[in-house]
Order: sequence, then structure tokens, then C-alpha cells
Amino acid sequence: MIHERNITPGMANVSRRAALLGLGTAAFVLALRLPVQADESTGGADKKYAGAGMPNGIRNDPKLFLSLAPDGTVTFICIRSEMGQGVRTGLTMIVADELHADLARMKVQQADGDEPKWGNQDTDGSRTTRHHFTAVRQVGAAMRQMLEAAAAQKWGVPASEVETVNHEILHRPSNRKLGFGDIAAAAAALPVPPPDQLKLTDPAKFRYIGRDDQKIVDGFNIVTGRAGYGIDTKLDGLLYGVVLRAPVYGGTIKSYDATETLKVPGVVKVVVIDPTPIPSEFMPLAGVGVVATNTWAAIQGREKLKVEWNDGPNASYDSATYKTELEGLARKPGLVVRNQGDVDTAMPKAVKKVVAEYYIPHLAQAPMEPPAAAARIVDGKCEVWACVQSPQAARERVAKRLGLSNDDVKVNVTLLGGAFGRKSKPDYAVEAALLSKAVDGKPVKVTWTREDDLGHSYYHTVSVEHLEAGLDASGKTVAYLHRTVAPTIFSIFKPDQQHEAPFELGMGAVNVPWNVANLRVENPGVEAHTRIGWFRSVSNIPHSFAIQSFIAELAAAAGRDPKDYLIELIGPDRIIDPGEQADGWNHGEDPKLYPYDTGRLKRVIERVAKEAGWGRKPIQGRGLGIAGLRSFASYTAACVDVAVSKDGQISFPRVDIGIDCGPVVNPDRIRSQLEGAVIQGISLATLGEISFKNGRAVQTNFDGYEVTRIDAAPREIHVHIMDLGSKDYTRPLGGVGEPGVPPVAPALANAIFAATGKRIRNLPIRDQLAG
Amino acid sequence: MISLTVNGHALQFDGDQDMPLLWYLRDIEGLTGTKFGCGAGLCGACTVHLDGAAVRACQTLLKDVAGHKITTIEGLSVEGTHPLQVAWQHANVPQCGYCQPGQIMQAAALLRETPHPSEAQIDEAMSGNICRCGTYTRIRSAIKEAAEQGASQ
Ligand code: FES
Ligand code: FES
Repeated sequence: MIHERNITPGMANVSRRAALLGLGTAAFVLALRLPVQADESTGGADKKYAGAGMPNGIRNDPKLFLSLAPDGTVTFICIRSEMGQGVRTGLTMIVADELHADLARMKVQQADGDEPKWGNQDTDGSRTTRHHFTAVRQVGAAMRQMLEAAAAQKWGVPASEVETVNHEILHRPSNRKLGFGDIAAAAAALPVPPPDQLKLTDPAKFRYIGRDDQKIVDGFNIVTGRAGYGIDTKLDGLLYGVVLRAPVYGGTIKSYDATETLKVPGVVKVVVIDPTPIPSEFMPLAGVGVVATNTWAAIQGREKLKVEWNDGPNASYDSATYKTELEGLARKPGLVVRNQGDVDTAMPKAVKKVVAEYYIPHLAQAPMEPPAAAARIVDGKCEVWACVQSPQAARERVAKRLGLSNDDVKVNVTLLGGAFGRKSKPDYAVEAALLSKAVDGKPVKVTWTREDDLGHSYYHTVSVEHLEAGLDASGKTVAYLHRTVAPTIFSIFKPDQQHEAPFELGMGAVNVPWNVANLRVENPGVEAHTRIGWFRSVSNIPHSFAIQSFIAELAAAAGRDPKDYLIELIGPDRIIDPGEQADGWNHGEDPKLYPYDTGRLKRVIERVAKEAGWGRKPIQGRGLGIAGLRSFASYTAACVDVAVSKDGQISFPRVDIGIDCGPVVNPDRIRSQLEGAVIQGISLATLGEISFKNGRAVQTNFDGYEVTRIDAAPREIHVHIMDLGSKDYTRPLGGVGEPGVPPVAPALANAIFAATGKRIRNLPIRDQLAG
Repeated sequence: MISLTVNGHALQFDGDQDMPLLWYLRDIEGLTGTKFGCGAGLCGACTVHLDGAAVRACQTLLKDVAGHKITTIEGLSVEGTHPLQVAWQHANVPQCGYCQPGQIMQAAALLRETPHPSEAQIDEAMSGNICRCGTYTRIRSAIKEAAEQGASQ
């Protein structure tokens, strides 16, 4: 691809990439209406799935996404946000293959946030490639056929004699050829062929899709410091802002004194940001903003602010107390969210009963680029530059808060310096717009410091997972009970939400594949006391950690090999309708196209086990642990090799991780996503915790909120992609960005058990093994 | 008024001399390749070279660099051809890329001191640089590759 050099970060219309959860806008409303029970949630005959089920759907119009310059350069508009997952590269590979274009002569341009125009842009939920693969192929194929038709007309030959090869249109019988640029105008005047007349390229002829050596689009700009992120936005006359926010969710300003702030050289204005009442959704918290001529002056000014807060209803939130509350709830019956057989009869008859409880604390996404956005208002129209996963969500919130129509708000999407779910919530873009408004529309960039980020995140939930199982004389599980208790993401959208939403329960709580006759899942309700949001792989993290650890505990109780026990518990190869697992959500996918395929799950588990040398001779102080599950319409398994020193320090000689995500578009970015997922999984398992005291997050920076660094990273990470090289692109695609995370923490805990006999039930591990 | 040299350019500044170099580079000079990640010396995103040695720009006050030479990622090479920049692209190291200028500046200082670092030396030198996307294994291989190409030159 043509690598844009010297792009001006502020002019963010050339850049970025892909994939969200769809909770931002109408999808959230849809999700809210999804009942918990599968039998109610299969929907009517008109229920739409995949991209078609997302707000504003998916577009496949080549005139929308492709433009041709006279020199033949093809510009592809990427409508999804690039946050490291590689969407700008992957989508362009797809369109190039169908267009029969030379990737070296293609450019990527980042779309602004405009879903009525572009279709759904919500970059979340590991959905971009899964939802756009076919549409983007159609875009490329349609443009190719239009070029061929225009060339045929020009030459006066049948279109069937014309073909496109590597950026040229050929008529072999007469040995004539045209470049894309030569015929662009004529092609553009032709009607777009309908999808049923498109001749998609034979996957055997793909030149880019499936190829393992594709360089990322933004690589050069990144390594030279030219890549433009939201925090890098430059605009003429730009002012710089920081905001002091209510430290407790729902807090308001009692009084404030900015006298000293206004004396700081460079400070231009102090601006009160009115609170958004709980639930505050994606809108800003109460705060006092300081606008200055540079970020440092704004920070200095903020330090001199004197603010008294009303802390509000969450003033006493304390995560230690809350843990006790969650444990109490997890030990009593709760709302039944899946039930098969009769657990109450089977459990007492079991020969052996195993009970275990797991605790997984709050986490903060902490992307390396903290939230940041710039805005200016000219003639009643607001323009925003921001690192957002859902630019349409940002546009709607800015419009609402400023009292403008959506059409009067433009959101330019920059590169995202990591996101992990945090940047799905555009509260910072609204702040930028409010600060700009307060200085007569002058451009203002809001930067969140790390303290702001950790103190005002949309935190990953905190949970206690209580599991019980009864084993028969042979060690087989005959009864299984799981109670999951966790504050729900729904609580940021609607009052009085106490139960996990269908999409949370459908992340590995209800939809377990166990071949067990008596199985019940319960969800006791609990109130949230801070902003709960999604963190890469969301509820799969606690559910998978608890369940996959518990299965290994059952194997130990039965005296069995944990991998064999896991495989046997999954049972025979079979195709399960997610509805039968009380999962009416199924990641928004059609249950017929995306059933739960236990054979695929078992194959990926066996693959990583084999690659990792499962069954090897025991090594002193070392252990292998395994976990495998389905999430985001893919199947993943991890096998962690841990070394535990005498003083309880852990290190990772090697981690194997495997994925079956169906057809493969860009193997290199699948590998990089899974390598990253291993690190992030290790990070949250070993170090990650946000705790609360007096309603306030305790950890303020990377000293308190530690994350994995290079010295604690595995020596080797081996990624195994199932069916790599397969040319069968008719199978549905699975997600990639998130599914690598959930198996890591339990595989790690299971490895520690194998190495030491010690069971980790509380995360993070920190120094639990010391002494 | 202080004078300093950034990427070979002589510059003067008469504003707040207690301003960290980071904000001067980013907001005043527009050199946004140097990133803000923590403001507390904990993440390495702001790493630049001060007379050839890696320092955290967020912890370096302007008044302390008066008369000194600063190199940022924009000045590491004119055309992006430093062996580390080449190796980084070859190994497709970046994910989001945000931490990478800091990683590369730290690695460049390492190779200047230790042209052929062991894996342990790499880990030690690079452990102040956080990559939240988790590109560490590729960072190790890219540094080794660049070392073989003679990045210390
Ligand atoms: S921003 Fe300087 S070390 Fe993090
Ligand atoms: S590549 Fe994203 S933080 Fe390192």
C-alpha cells in the first residue's frame, strides 16, 4: 500500500481501523430488549443477524468506498477504527484481491463518523472482518466489473472477453490494455452491478488474503513518529484542556475556587462541566475544566483548583466490602438463567462434591494513549477529532449535549493508541466540545492524564463466581451449578440494573458446552457503584477464569489428566443450537450459521496441547496448564508453561495459543492479536486490579496499576491458526481481537497448580505464591 | 530564555522553564512523535535522547536541558531508515503503535551502549517501556535483528 508520509495528525481524514461491541447506540437498545431466556429471545421472523442486525447495517456500494485517481491510485475508505487490530490493513487486502488491484497502488483513507452514510462503524465485539468480509469483497468485485464493462464499451468488445489483472484491464484477443486511471471516469458513470451479478474471485487466486507477510498500512508512520493519534491533534490556534472530575461516580460540585488557577501563566479559562445524572451512559462526569495555551499550563492550573464535592450515592463504595457482599450473594440461590435436568436431585447423590469460588477484580483498559479529543465550533457547527471506537456514538453525544443536530457535528477519527473498550465511550469527545463552546468555539484539545484514565474509567466488572459439581464414582461430573455475581454494563445505561445482561451471560456463563445432564446457572443480582464498561473480551474474563479453573479442579478431584477431563466434559462432537444453552444472543450471529460446534473446540484444544508438549515428563518447578472455549464466534485454547521459583516468582518459558476463527484474512495480524492477548491475559492474571475506597479508585498510575512489562513476558509465544492455508472461504468468519484473552488466565492458574499444587482462586496472583 | 538543540535545530524558548520537555516538544514544537503515557516516568512512551542517552521527557525539565542536544523519534533518522526502524517494520512489531516511538528510542540507546545485547540485557533495558498491546516478543526479535544489521553505527 502507498504509505502516507507526513500526514498531519490534526487532519485525520487519512487513517485508521476496526471492531466494537455495538452497545453504543441502537444496538444497545436492541440488546436491552433481548430477554435472558433463549426461548423468548430467538426473535421474530424478521430478526436480523450479523452486520445487518447492527444499527445502520453494512454497505457494499463501491462508489461509497473506492475512488480512482487518474494515475491509477485507488483510495479505499476504511470506516472502522484502527486501534492496533489491523483493520486498515486487512480490509484493504480484501478489496485489493477482489478488485485485482496492486496493493502497492492503494491508499487507505479514514472515514468520518457518519453511519447513515457509511453503515455501522462501531469498532467493537471482534466484528469488523467477520461482518465486512463479504461486503468488502462485493465492493471490490463491483468496481472491477464496472471497470471491465467500461473498457469493453470503449473497445467495442463483449465484456466477457475483458479481464482485470494486477491493476490493468486486458483484452487478450486484441492485445489491448488499460490502466485503472484511464477508464475511471467512464466506469464511474456506469450503474453498480447488483450483488447477484457479481463474480467474486476464486479464493485459489487470492494474492493477499491469507498471505502471511503483509506489512501493516501505518507501519512507516508509526516507527517514524508521524502517525497521528487523537492526542496528537494539531489545529490552528489550538488551546489545551484538562478536567478535574468528580472522584466518585455520581458526584457533583459543591463549590469551587479557581482564583489561584487563573493566576497560572497560560491559563485562559476555567469551565464548569455539569454532571450527567446516574446512569451517565457515555456523557461526561461533573468536572471543572481548565483551558490553557499548552497542556502543562492546564495541568498546573488544575492543581491549583480548590473543589469541594458532593460525593453522592456511591461515596462509600469499598471493593473489599463489596467482595464480601458478592460472596454472600453467590452462596444463595439467584435468578436461574439456564437450567437442564435436575441439579438439586443429582447433587446430593454424587459420590464427591467439589465447591470453589473465584474472585476477579475490577480492571481498567488503560490504553497507552489515554482518552483525548479536540473540538472546535464554527458557525454553529462542531468538528471533533478523536480516538474513538464508535465515531457515530461520539457524534450523537456531542450533538445532544450541544443541542445541535447530528448533521451539524462532524467527527474525524484519528488512529487509536490502543482502546480495549475504553474508547467506545466518547465522554472525552463531549468534554472537548463543551470546553470549545466555553471559549467561543476556539479549538480545544482535552487530554486525559493517566490519573484521569485510571480514576474515571468504565471499569471492567468485578465478580465472584461460585461453582459446585458432583462427581460419580468414576469421577464423571453428574451435576454442575454455577452462580455468577457481577455488576452489569447495563447499569451505565438504565437505572436499577442488577442482573448480567444477555450478552454478558452469553460470554461463557450460560453457554458452556458440558455434556452433563444436570446443569444450572444462576445470576443473583447486585448493584453497581461505579461506571462499568467493557474491557477486551468482557465477561468472558471472569467466566472463563472461574469455569476453566474449576474444570481442572474437577479433574484433580477425579484423579484425571486435566486436558482429557476437559475434552470428555465437552463430550462427543456435536452441533449445539446456542438457544439450547440459553444463549439467545450468540454474539449477534445467526445460530444456524454460528452454532456451538464442540468438535471445533476440541480440535483447537488438542492442537495447542500437542504443540505445547502436553504429557511431557514432569519438570521440577514447572507446569503446563490448559483452557479452551468459544467466544466471539471463534474457538480458542491456550496452554501456558509456567516456571515457579522457590521464592514464588513466576515466569513463562513458553505459551501456546490456538484459534479457529474460520477463514483467515491476515495471518500476521491474527498472530499479533493473539500474542497481545497472551500478554494482556498474563497482565490481568498476575497484576491487574483496580480497587475502590470511599468511592474512589485507589490506583492512580502504572505504579499502583501495574501491567506486564517485557521482562515478565513469555520467552516464546506460539500462535496456531487452525486451517491456515485453507481456501474454503464459504465458512462464516469468527472474531479475532478478543477471543485470545479468555483462555490465558485460567491456563496460567492451571499451570501453577501443576507446578506447585497451589490453586489460584483470586486474581490478581501478585505474591500469592511467595512464602 | 533558554536555548537547546532539537534534532539538529537550534531553538529558543522564553516560557515556563519548569515545563517538562515532553510538553514543550509536543505542544510548543509540534513534535508529537514523543508520546504521553503516564507523566510519571513509569511507561517510557516519552523516551527521547539527551546527548545520546535515553531519558524520559516527562521527567526532564526544560531548564535542565538548556544547552543540550535532544533527539526525538522524528530526528532518529531523516528517512526512517535507522536499522531499528527497518527491523520494526520488517517484524511488523507495532499493533496500535502508540508506545513504539518510545520503544525505538530506548532500543537505540541500548544498542549504542551494547551493540549485541543478550535477551536478558534487552529485557532489562526495555522494562521501563510499557506496551499495552503486548508486542514484547516482537520487540525482542526486532532488536536482535537490528543488532545483527549493526544498529549501533
Ligand atoms: S510519559 Fe514519560 S514515562 Fe510515561
Ligand atoms: S503497540 Fe500499542 S501500546 Fe505498544
